[in-house]
Amino acid sequence: METILQLEHLSHIYSAGTPFEHSALVDVDFSIYRGEYLGIIGRTGSGKSTLIQHFNGLLKPTSGRVLFEGKDIWETKERTRATRFRVGLVFQYPEYQLFEETVYRDISFGPRNMGLDDTEVDRRTRDAAAFVGLPDAVLQKSPFELSGGQKRRVAIAGVIAMGPSVLVLDEPTAGLDPVGVESILSNIRDYHQAKNATIILVSHSMEEVARTVDRLVVVSDGHIPFTGTPREVFSHGAELENLGLGLPQMTRVFHRLRALGVDIDPSVYTIAQARAAILAKLGKGAV
Amino acid sequence: MERPIIKTDHLTFSYHTDGEATPPVLTDVSLEIADGSFVAVLGHNGSGKSTLAKHMNAILLPTGGKVYVDGLDTSNEDLLLDVRRTVGMVFQNPDNQIVANVVEEDVAFAPENLGIPSAEIRQRVDEALAAVGMSEFATHAPHLLSGGQKQRVAIAGVIAMRPRCIVLDEPTAMLDPVGRAEVMRTIKTLNRKSGVTVVLITHHMDEAAQADRLIVMAGGHVVADGTPKTVFSDVEGLRNVGLTVPDTVELLYELRQDGLDLPLDALTDDECANALYKLLA
Repeated sequence: METILQLEHLSHIYSAGTPFEHSALVDVDFSIYRGEYLGIIGRTGSGKSTLIQHFNGLLKPTSGRVLFEGKDIWETKERTRATRFRVGLVFQYPEYQLFEETVYRDISFGPRNMGLDDTEVDRRTRDAAAFVGLPDAVLQKSPFELSGGQKRRVAIAGVIAMGPSVLVLDEPTAGLDPVGVESILSNIRDYHQAKNATIILVSHSMEEVARTVDRLVVVSDGHIPFTGTPREVFSHGAELENLGLGLPQMTRVFHRLRALGVDIDPSVYTIAQARAAILAKLGKGAV
Repeated sequence: MERPIIKTDHLTFSYHTDGEATPPVLTDVSLEIADGSFVAVLGHNGSGKSTLAKHMNAILLPTGGKVYVDGLDTSNEDLLLDVRRTVGMVFQNPDNQIVANVVEEDVAFAPENLGIPSAEIRQRVDEALAAVGMSEFATHAPHLLSGGQKQRVAIAGVIAMRPRCIVLDEPTAMLDPVGRAEVMRTIKTLNRKSGVTVVLITHHMDEAAQADRLIVMAGGHVVADGTPKTVFSDVEGLRNVGLTVPDTVELLYELRQDGLDLPLDALTDDECANALYKLLA
């Protein structure tokens, strides 16, 4: 596996040297691989937002280094700037950051800033809009005429239009209904597959990360207590609950079943796995 | 039934843009909310559930039909203050609802505006903060609180007006799981201990499952109304209106498709585990 982003002994202290000094990240050390779909989970205040803002140089480490494709992103000004185009960050509730007169202008803001020619800007803008399922008719509308879900898609398209090889999304499905959640997750999956992009999904929802990501990083109190596949991470049931994170509902049900005396593997975390495990237990095998 | 705290009578509503009526957001909604009950309203984005909520304390007025709050017609301007004192609203974003720099001053804001004597304000603020479990934060700065704590302060601000009913419009949408649990606990305590009627607008299935009664909205209509167990048993019906069911019900539903004899009305982890246990043991 090829490393795309690497954090070396990363620490971040807010308001250092004042009475409000607060260590948001302490000696964080891990790598992100090209083309992987990574989930980051942690409570509010765990340091996860501080962490992701280091991925594209919005925050500068107090100590330690952030390497993109093996090079320190803070080495020169040019490199910091270039990294911001390669690592795209979609903030929480990005629909509040729309500002242009038309959807088209909003999406094309990023590529225009990259100094691309008009034809390329136009191609990227239309491409990005198509990726998130915005019809052409919407492009000349004001973003403020759109529904909440559509606005969020415009904001995501604005980042995708820069063609980032790493796409970081901070709670992209917060506040959406089940259909909206599915549609945003499938847009992200499409981008992941079509561009072989690295996706980093920050989420509160255990169920959501359980069925979406290849690998999970748990952030708690500025540290990374667990990383691994969802199955590995969810095997730390009691510890995760102590960190205020909880487990996917299926995992909880299977823990209860074990407590009732049923000899069954509790490491399931999706409905499909639970169904297969129950059928196997009854000797029926999944259809 | 004694007089409902909220009654909508053939309520229809459409927003007007540039003087022209757009298609109705609510069509012929007739509902009665019983005093002291805990009702959840579930629906996809654009189903009309928030629009319905905003009619419950006269933020919006019907374009057709009527809404009555404790028997008061909400479209009668002379009754507006009484309507708003009876039904308090809590919104999604706690940051937009907090006005003061100190928690207890924020909670005192509404009673101060009602012209209540200061000794009584003191008492109401203390009671309201106790009711949401935030007494120890009375003199803290709201902006340094967590999302769940801020939302509880916002709820305290509404309770300090002593409304008989609280309508909460997706109060947990911006919170993490711990914050969500805090707010849900607070809402349930208010309902059970103080008898405050709670109307919870949400699209979290697990929150809706905790109510006594569940109303499902789609396309501006009420499409289901009953106990959470009954409503969630209709897996296909909910899917057709863009909603899902709790994972527990989904698992049991799929296993039933596989020919297993399981109930569909197991909402909690325990109920689901027990149903499976009976089959496996």
